[in-house]
Amino acid sequence: MILTLTETERQVALAISVAVALCGLALAAAGNQDTMEIHGWLILAFGGICALVVIREIWGPEPPKSRLESYYDEPIKFGIAASMAWAVVAMFVGVWVAALLAFPDLTFDGAWASFGRLRPVHTSGVIFGFGGNALIATSLHVVQRTSRARLPDQLSAWFVLVGYNLFCILAASGYLLGVTQSKEYAEAEWYADIWLVIVWVTYFILYIRTLARRKEPHIYVANWYFMAFILVVAILHSINNLAVPVSLGHAKSYTIWSGVQDAMVQWWYGHNAVAFFLTAGFLGMLYYYLPIRAQRPIFSYRLSILSFWGITFFYMWAGSHHLHYTALPHWVQTLGMTFSVMLLVPSWASAGNALLTLNGAWHRVRDDATLRFMMVAAVFYGISTFEGSFLAIRPVNSLSHYTDWTVGHVHAGALGWVALITFGSLYTLVPSLWKREGMYSPALVEWHFWLSLAGTLVYIFAMWNSGIIQGLMWRTYTEEGTLAYSFLDSLRAMYPYYIARAFGGLLFLIGAVIGAYNMWMTVRAAPAKAPLESDVPLNAAVAAAGRG
Amino acid sequence: MDISHDALVAFSKSWGLFYLIGLMIGVLIYTFRPSNRGKFNRAKQSVLDQDDKPWT
Repeated sequence: MILTLTETERQVALAISVAVALCGLALAAAGNQDTMEIHGWLILAFGGICALVVIREIWGPEPPKSRLESYYDEPIKFGIAASMAWAVVAMFVGVWVAALLAFPDLTFDGAWASFGRLRPVHTSGVIFGFGGNALIATSLHVVQRTSRARLPDQLSAWFVLVGYNLFCILAASGYLLGVTQSKEYAEAEWYADIWLVIVWVTYFILYIRTLARRKEPHIYVANWYFMAFILVVAILHSINNLAVPVSLGHAKSYTIWSGVQDAMVQWWYGHNAVAFFLTAGFLGMLYYYLPIRAQRPIFSYRLSILSFWGITFFYMWAGSHHLHYTALPHWVQTLGMTFSVMLLVPSWASAGNALLTLNGAWHRVRDDATLRFMMVAAVFYGISTFEGSFLAIRPVNSLSHYTDWTVGHVHAGALGWVALITFGSLYTLVPSLWKREGMYSPALVEWHFWLSLAGTLVYIFAMWNSGIIQGLMWRTYTEEGTLAYSFLDSLRAMYPYYIARAFGGLLFLIGAVIGAYNMWMTVRAAPAKAPLESDVPLNAAVAAAGRG
Repeated sequence: MDISHDALVAFSKSWGLFYLIGLMIGVLIYTFRPSNRGKFNRAKQSVLDQDDKPWT
């Protein structure tokens, strides 16, 4: 891993590791007694370990010049491993928080295990840990292949992936300690946020530099989606996290926006995190790995361009549908609602494009669980975008808001679309990156597929039921005009659904564990692919052999 | 300068609309321009190429 870096790059890597470790030391010293001190030591240890890894091989031989004749895939392999590790951990925490709602004693009397602290570990762990690592890894794979160009250097990609995982660790460990900004999907505190800006800008520059080196004149549409993902997430993250720390020695900060402005900025961020983190990037995966796996070109390239511009420009305005019936001006709510409904057009264009690509390859969908992952992901993308547009309509929202229906909707998207397209892409990518004939066990891929699908369906049906029941109980009045049910009544009614939800999540988790095991064994034990025969006419090869 | 709420709403209702329509026209022209057809068809097919090496 270190040996693939040039000597200069190793020295820079060492300098960065030491600098990170020193920043950690400074944070630990400044954050005396504060929770920040623990993070300081954590950063110090992280930087120290990175420095040790580099030092061990810093004087090793220079990588051969012939490296420039192949793509640079080492960091991508790391990203895939990190992604699956986060998937297992964060989905486990997800099952735990789901179980907490039915069995509140599962906190074991630890403050760190309370629902409010564990839940962001689950959400950030799956979105940023699992999804983010998979996005970075696949984007770096796709941009090299579709540009026919190697990454411009060896160090940047490592910096992005390792640095990004430091952010994820800081975020998750902080939540357990009680460090939080209390902003949905943006809970990490100011020092972690600043670090993520540095990492993300490096990622953006790396992507642009690779595109600038492209040998293919046209930039394939998957890259447009990945670019939108990188660029918009940078903007969203920087603006939503503008905050002033209590002091440089404190983890706590206060956002510079206040009141309804803060709510608007937060949900502009929150909804576009769904749009550009959880949709655009994964559409990039879809537009590359689906055609590859189905061995058919995308149904309509033009449609993919039209839906790209539709999605990028419509999504930007949809965030205010999270704030129906609040202090937000009425016209801003209406704006959000209108754009959310319009979004159905480009969303279904993408889902339809994916499904029509499979037209003529249905026999492969039947036989190949990996392709089936992607097919079902496209179907869930269609379902959850329809549901999203529907829930954004103000009167519908009056029933669904603050209920489990929203949770069900999010999971239809996150499990059914995001996770399934990721698994499909990784099952395509892993054998090709590690040069294996195929996955270690196709039967385990089948198991993973059916467990995921069953888990998702159990989950969303449970949440639809409980959400609608909740919504109806909260708005039922007696003849005297008082509420018919107390909040506790509605909570009791949720009990069976919460158990069903935890069970659905458990099925999904088992699937993910099987997937991680299968990928691990593919790397360890699956037979290597025979190298491609040389591209020399047979006669010449025979003649050459004869001469030798 | 004092910007009133109404002025801001009027601005976004007019220019916001025009720029989205303008964008749509631009995208439609780019997408359906006959001279782009060959480029798009090549792009669509080229991801299926089997060779796994950067071009030099």
